Amino acid sequence: MSETVLSLKTLETRYGAVYALKGINLEVRKGEIVTLLGSNGAGKSTTLKTISSLIRACGGSVEFMGKNITHEEPHVIVQMGVIHVPEGRKILKELTVLENLELASFTLKDNVERQKRIEHVYEFFPVLKERQKQMGGLLSGGEQQMLAIGRGMMVKPKIMLLDEPSMGLAPIIVQSIMKIIKQINAEGTTILLVEQNAKIALKLATRGYVLETGNIVAEGDAATLSKDESIVKAYLGH
Amino acid sequence: MSFQEIFLQQLFNGLLLGSFYGLVALGYSMVYGIIKLLNFAHADIYMVGGFISLAILKFFGGTFLGNAWLGIVTAMILTMIIVGLLGVAIQRVAYRPMFNAPRLSILITALGVSMILYNAVMVITGGEYRAYKTGLGYGGFNMGSVYVTHTQAILIVASMALMLVLHLFITRTMYGKAMRGIALDHDTCRLMGINVNKIIALTFFTGSALAAAAGMMAGVYYGSLHFFMGFVIGIKAFTAAVIGGIGIIPGAMLGGILLGLLESFGTQIPFIGSQWKDVFSFSILILILIFKPTGLLGKKESERM
Ligand SMILES: Nc1ncnc2c1ncn2[C@@H]1O[C@H](COP(=O)(O)OP(=O)(O)OP(=O)(O)O)[C@@H](O)[C@H]1O
Ligand SMILES: [Mg+2]
Repeated sequence: MSETVLSLKTLETRYGAVYALKGINLEVRKGEIVTLLGSNGAGKSTTLKTISSLIRACGGSVEFMGKNITHEEPHVIVQMGVIHVPEGRKILKELTVLENLELASFTLKDNVERQKRIEHVYEFFPVLKERQKQMGGLLSGGEQQMLAIGRGMMVKPKIMLLDEPSMGLAPIIVQSIMKIIKQINAEGTTILLVEQNAKIALKLATRGYVLETGNIVAEGDAATLSKDESIVKAYLGH
Repeated sequence: MSFQEIFLQQLFNGLLLGSFYGLVALGYSMVYGIIKLLNFAHADIYMVGGFISLAILKFFGGTFLGNAWLGIVTAMILTMIIVGLLGVAIQRVAYRPMFNAPRLSILITALGVSMILYNAVMVITGGEYRAYKTGLGYGGFNMGSVYVTHTQAILIVASMALMLVLHLFITRTMYGKAMRGIALDHDTCRLMGINVNKIIALTFFTGSALAAAAGMMAGVYYGSLHFFMGFVIGIKAFTAAVIGGIGIIPGAMLGGILLGLLESFGTQIPFIGSQWKDVFSFSILILILIFKPTGLLGKKESERM
């Protein structure tokens, strides 16, 4: 078994008095694509926000490559190689596409390297190159998702946390986004993919977890999960 | 004086006044853009900048630097650094603990900081006017038939240069882009690996340094300083920032210069005269806001850089 990249240990997070995560355990190993499934309000986004420290955990811990990062600042966590591609893309709408990519490598001092990484992103997403001088807000939903992922690629992360990249996109676009995720994974980036769309997520992932109102209620191989009757009923929509 | 002379004279006065307003307006606009705070203490930073530059210049008077060009330029750089750091310190001590508190708390904190600053200067100076003497002299040149002193010309050039440098900084450098990014969305910038608090501190440094430069220029131009000198210019610079579109950097410069020009031309309009110049210029500004509530360069939402 390869080394553990990310591990959540009885992680708890609350909003005010309401617990959104009630002590979850989750592990992602090097090179994996792991999916975290769950319906609206299950706590998927909260899990990712807690890992990236946008929200502080109130119990348990987040470990990255064996190091406890529960109390690190968000920008430090990014610099360590954990990148969170947030729900809803969160493009900086009044910066250009190019500026969005540049800023995503803020801590990189080497401009030549920055340029190289931008070109690499453009190879993945040629449409971003065509639109590089446009304001981010003018991109279509699919293009914004590409930019959000492209931003994540700018730091050459060890692990990429993706929050519902398929949300609101046409099936054909979802297909190509999933292909890109697979490609990023093949280049050596470990992936934790949050999805409501279990069908496509389980096709891509090697393993999966199912979250329900702040608790992990099922976990296992993607193949096993796809066959699990209750999961099929709840999340595969037929 | 001929019409042309009057026009040139007022254009010149307006540009000078307007560039002071613009320099101060930038700080209001940048800080509002990045943390949505109306920094009431900003006008006092301008005033403190004036006094600190005076102290430095007095000290230089006895050294080889003197209080003419060499001394003045050196004093301006030093003043900008010192007051910039003062702005950062105020931000760190007074504002940062309030970032997550309700809007009103930080606003009241800013009022408190303002009072501390001007009361401190009032006590130190005894509340009196202080003469601002320089070794610049009264040399100058004729522009048409209008006499322009070297001091006036350099002040305009210097303030335009500062605005240009700021503009390049904001649009071309990574730090400038980070400022614009943070003005749009703090959390997203955090997820891009940006230390948001550091960039906020940098914004305070920049805004305070520019206001300090303006405070010093005002001292050089008017020849005296007073602890309350920030009050009126504070209101006007804030207005300029709103007119240009608060949070938008070129807007602050545009608003400042526009306000300066309106004021100086306002004094020349028959039956209005200089007592009514503020009424005249503010009426026009209100008209602008009626037709363009987000300011001249503002778009749909007005909160941006
Ligand atoms: N800022 C907040 N303040 C209070 N409660 C919140 C906040 N954000 C989320 N919650 C609550 O926490 C729970 C988990 O929310 P979360 O956003 O993590 O769900 P999710 O699984 O990502 O859902 P979705 O699929 O709709 O994105 C929900 O009950 C939600 O109402
Ligand atoms: Mg969510």
